[in-house]
Amino acid sequence: MKKMLRIVSLCLMSLLMALPTAFAEDPAAVVAKIDTGDTGFVLMSAALVMLMTPGLALFYGGMVRTKNVLSTLMQSFFIVGLISVQWVLWGYTIAFGPDINHLVGSLSWLGLNGVGVEPNADYAATIPHLAFMVFQGMFAVITPALISGAFAERMKFPAFLVFTLAWVTFVYDPVAHWVWGVGGWLREMGVLDFAGGTVVHIISGVSGLVIALMIGKRKDYGKKAIIPHNLPMVLIGGALLWFGWFGFNAGSALGANGLAAIAFVTTNASAAAATVSWVLVEWLYSGKPTVLGAVSGCVAGLVAITPGAGFVSPLSAIIIGLAGGVICFFSVSVMKAKLGYDDALDAFGVHGVGGTFGAIATGLFASKEINPAGADGLFFGNPEQLLTQVIGVVASWAVAIIMTYALIKIISVFMPIRSTEDEENSGLDIAEHGEKAYAYQDLITDFTGGPAFMSVEAANPEISNFKVALAEGGKK
Amino acid sequence: MKPITKIEIVTRPEKLEELKAGMHEIGVQGMTVTQVYGCGLSKGHKEVYRGKEVTVTLLPNIKVEIVVCEIPVQLVVDTAKKICHTGRVGDGKIFIYLIANAVRIRTGEEGEIAIIDPED
Repeated sequence: MKKMLRIVSLCLMSLLMALPTAFAEDPAAVVAKIDTGDTGFVLMSAALVMLMTPGLALFYGGMVRTKNVLSTLMQSFFIVGLISVQWVLWGYTIAFGPDINHLVGSLSWLGLNGVGVEPNADYAATIPHLAFMVFQGMFAVITPALISGAFAERMKFPAFLVFTLAWVTFVYDPVAHWVWGVGGWLREMGVLDFAGGTVVHIISGVSGLVIALMIGKRKDYGKKAIIPHNLPMVLIGGALLWFGWFGFNAGSALGANGLAAIAFVTTNASAAAATVSWVLVEWLYSGKPTVLGAVSGCVAGLVAITPGAGFVSPLSAIIIGLAGGVICFFSVSVMKAKLGYDDALDAFGVHGVGGTFGAIATGLFASKEINPAGADGLFFGNPEQLLTQVIGVVASWAVAIIMTYALIKIISVFMPIRSTEDEENSGLDIAEHGEKAYAYQDLITDFTGGPAFMSVEAANPEISNFKVALAEGGKK
Repeated sequence: MKPITKIEIVTRPEKLEELKAGMHEIGVQGMTVTQVYGCGLSKGHKEVYRGKEVTVTLLPNIKVEIVVCEIPVQLVVDTAKKICHTGRVGDGKIFIYLIANAVRIRTGEEGEIAIIDPED
């Protein structure tokens, strides 16, 4: 009864919160400036980016052990729900709302108040403002999901929820404002970040590293073999990421146009090049070309091209991909082992390192011939752009480190962050979610209760003689 | 023929590596390990699938089978007890069997020689 009351009151509360937005909309607003092609493209791109998060769930889920696959899937999939709601209620306005001091958006678009079908010319002049909003919302969803790779197999679910909500609100949303929001200080300085190398990959990867260091290694790390339990699942997830990334990067052109085509091609070229380079360098370095290497390589290439996707040529994209694959390979297979942190699924090794490399590579390879709205990089005669990119990188590293450290410290006052040893032993699937990914069905259904045990000695009279024989055998 | 004894240890899965290392230390060369499910004093747990509750009374364990001849049985048992003991329900059990004979398939050798690995 008490439970029901709580559920009903929660429902009522959420209804009340929804009220202002319900009345704020003006469905009659028909705007002539909207381009149907652009709108269709951006909405489809938003759907593609949405698919990346379940893809990431599979990519990560296949890499953990059988007993933790559900908790890992949940740490991505549940975020699609949690952050989609946060984005509508207050996330969008913090990130893209009218600027306050170049640091953060104001709360005037709370609950999407005033965000309707009419385009917002500052962001995208040819598509409904709501289409831009939902496209950006999918970015806010996948970014915290990326972090979960760093603390996989050992973080408590309640702490994960609070952290994710706080992190998106206090880290992602403001940094998105700095880089993409009108009036944001990094945007005004001229930092080039086409689709989120800084906003998405650097801050998620670096935050992941901070958490991995703060909560410590998995109990079995370095003591037992921890191997991926389902590599085909990793490949399906990686392929979905590659597929969805076309929406992520080409969609960031915010129109069905030439720039979108450029970003589409550079994205594919870089992912492909990194797939090849990771596998080759791994083959030379450790002796075998692995499937996990190929999938990791494509993700590394996708991360590396993200900030430059709409600013560089396809040939530059291949160079960025080749280098990104090699750099990320060494960061996860050599640097991680040398430094000894347990970034379980390499959120930092791929997204932090790859994102940082990509942001700097954009300062090298960007060309106004490709995108007149961008800038020239070092290789096209503008060394200052490289410096600007480095400032963007340093700022995002700094905010990710400081804020994540503070958030985890604060949350740990109120609740345990790390799973207990017993929970780690039994696996988070049972401990946190009460489910098993792969059930031994026949054993469950056939089991009808405890059998009546007899006294062992009564059942086997010879056992007493056996004990004597044993004792003698033991003495020899 | 010296008596041949099988020691069967059913215990927590997370103890496997430690158990292997401990056995190696006292000279046990080989073992057979099986993933098993079992019940006993351990209460099990509840799982819920779309509102439907399932009580799972069988919990995952490992079964380690060791056959010895020269190594004292008591030493194997004591080592296993020391490693697997946590004092909580679910530590497992050790069963000890007399073995009638043993055959090494490769050479056809029988008896104790079949289970004593040649020194290298």
